Amino acid sequence: MKNLSIYDPAMCCPTGMCGVGIDLEFLRVATALYTLKRNGVEVHRYNLSSTPEEFVKSKVVNDYINQNGADILPLTVLDNVVVLTKRYPTNEEIASMLGVSSSILANQPKALNIISK
Amino acid sequence: MKIFNPNSIELTKYLFYTGKGGVGKTSAACATAVTLADQGKKVLLISTDPASNLQDVFSTPLDNKGVVIKEVPNLIVANLDPIQAAAEYRESVISPYRGKLPEAILNNMEEQLSGSCTVEIAAFNEFSKFITDGKTQSDYDYILFDTAPTGHTLRMLQLPSAWSNFISQSTHGASCLGQLSGLQSQKEMYKKAVDTLADAALTTLMLVSRPEITPLLEAQRASKELSEIGVKNQILLLNGVLMAYDDKVSESLFKKQQKSLVRIPADLKLLETYYIPLRAYNITGMDNVRSLLVKDNYSVSSEMLHTKNVPHLKEIVEELYKSNKKVIFTMGKGGVGKTTIAAAIALGLAAKGKKVHLTTTDPAAHLQYVMNETTGITMSHIDEKVELEKYKDEILTKARLTMSEDDVAYVEEDLQSPCTQEIAVFRAFAEIVERADDQVVVIDTAPTGHTLLLLDSTESYHREVERSKGEIPESVRNLLPRLRNSAETEVIIVTLAEATPVYEALRLEEDLQRAGIAVKWWVINASMYATNTTNRMLSAKASNEIEWINKVDTHTNGKFGVIEWSGEDIKDEKLRELLA
Repeated sequence: MKNLSIYDPAMCCPTGMCGVGIDLEFLRVATALYTLKRNGVEVHRYNLSSTPEEFVKSKVVNDYINQNGADILPLTVLDNVVVLTKRYPTNEEIASMLGVSSSILANQPKALNIISK
Repeated sequence: MKIFNPNSIELTKYLFYTGKGGVGKTSAACATAVTLADQGKKVLLISTDPASNLQDVFSTPLDNKGVVIKEVPNLIVANLDPIQAAAEYRESVISPYRGKLPEAILNNMEEQLSGSCTVEIAAFNEFSKFITDGKTQSDYDYILFDTAPTGHTLRMLQLPSAWSNFISQSTHGASCLGQLSGLQSQKEMYKKAVDTLADAALTTLMLVSRPEITPLLEAQRASKELSEIGVKNQILLLNGVLMAYDDKVSESLFKKQQKSLVRIPADLKLLETYYIPLRAYNITGMDNVRSLLVKDNYSVSSEMLHTKNVPHLKEIVEELYKSNKKVIFTMGKGGVGKTTIAAAIALGLAAKGKKVHLTTTDPAAHLQYVMNETTGITMSHIDEKVELEKYKDEILTKARLTMSEDDVAYVEEDLQSPCTQEIAVFRAFAEIVERADDQVVVIDTAPTGHTLLLLDSTESYHREVERSKGEIPESVRNLLPRLRNSAETEVIIVTLAEATPVYEALRLEEDLQRAGIAVKWWVINASMYATNTTNRMLSAKASNEIEWINKVDTHTNGKFGVIEWSGEDIKDEKLRELLA
């Protein structure tokens, strides 16, 4: 199994809901990872404010942020190699990095469509 | 009704003093603590109010660990400043990473840990430690908490159950408590803290009130809400009861008090009730603390008033009108009459033809007791529960645009966080200030501690706004710059001519200045000096006010007003008389 980890900037919570506005991108990532987890695929996600030790423990990540600073977060690390910086992977990218079918993430029923009037 | 004497009552180990700000919780708690300690009991007195004044009462610098009071060797006093506790927590989280993570990242972490959430959690954490610590429990015979004003107290005491639920229900692991994940391991401690509070054999809630209608209603609210979360062992303590009268003013005060005592709310009538007589002195310094429950000292001050012309509220309103102020706050500790002053200013400006909106962020919401909506004035109250629902709705509606119903449930769960409520209230506050675009907004803010936290969150959210990629409402973005614009915004500090309220007002002003918000006017409310009473006790009380009126005069460069104490409830027509 591929080992995929996402290193977040310091955020209150993984959905980013603790800001004064809501960022749909945070929601998408949190949701995608949750969906994968329900399908038995674990993606690690580390938040700088709650788990700063992970940013020191991983030498690859620690070197990377010490060289490039905080602005490059979020970082995506696949099997100990930094593969993406400054943005979150799209659902398709996540699926291809993990080698899982993108339909797991792509074919979510939209709540909007199932709300009956 | 019996006089309050801690030595003749069987007391539980933990005593929590609560009540509307200004009713004398601190005085009552301090006097109880000193009386018990003088009897040879080991006593720990703890303040959890962000606007605590215990250091004024004991004339000793305090810390959050506990300081021995030299005149009372059996008494230890600790001051839990939640803002400081949060700073300590922040440092403990960040320091291990200094030198290991880039400076910019450490700053980022620090910023995230500066929110009001962190302050609340850190405060509660400190508070729980004292309640659950076995050594503290065995070292002391009595542990007294001089708690924050009611709204804050309730939130603080309700937190254990809310957060315990939140921690255990958060099946997705990380959540808004993520930034404080270290505290999740202390779930057990929080549960124990709640259990202790609800244990009638261990804990008594001392509901402190003045013999006045509004604080009694407040005490009733607190009594009900706390008994709903299991704190059922309660005592009602009536502080400042006038025992006799001999002139018009003292008669008016006596009758006003007796009238309110007849009308004690039914639920409170069922409680064991004690009274503490009205005293002619301020409760500062050990002699006065010692004698509060025992005897009076008629110390008449010989100080003379410096100013010849004490400005009136009317002149303040005139200046607010002329300078065309759009956002007007009345600020000060609870119980000093912010609501009354805000309502009078709103009336005054409306009478001059301004369109005025009057609102309160005070969780206790007294506006409805003070006035009814009249021509030119609209009124509102920021209700935390309502705002929370509104905010949740907004987020969930947005989430449903892109998410499956299962995932919406996940978002919904994250919205149970205590942070969410803070944000919701903050946004409501911003929306009200936004109304100042086409009318004057007069805001009667919450008691001091709450106000500070609210402003603090304004400040930290402001920084968040600059960085966040989320969608920020226009009103939120405009808020802080607007509050800082002294051409548009006026802050009026309301206080009483007594030591503690003046000290607190000075601290409040400093905090506002740190946030870049200027204060010009002070109002001294309910002045006994201004009534020209001849009653021995009340005139001694009045003479002791002069020192504080002079202090305010010097401090504000004469930009202050004095409003005389009134025996009648100041509402509706009486409000207009304040402006006459």
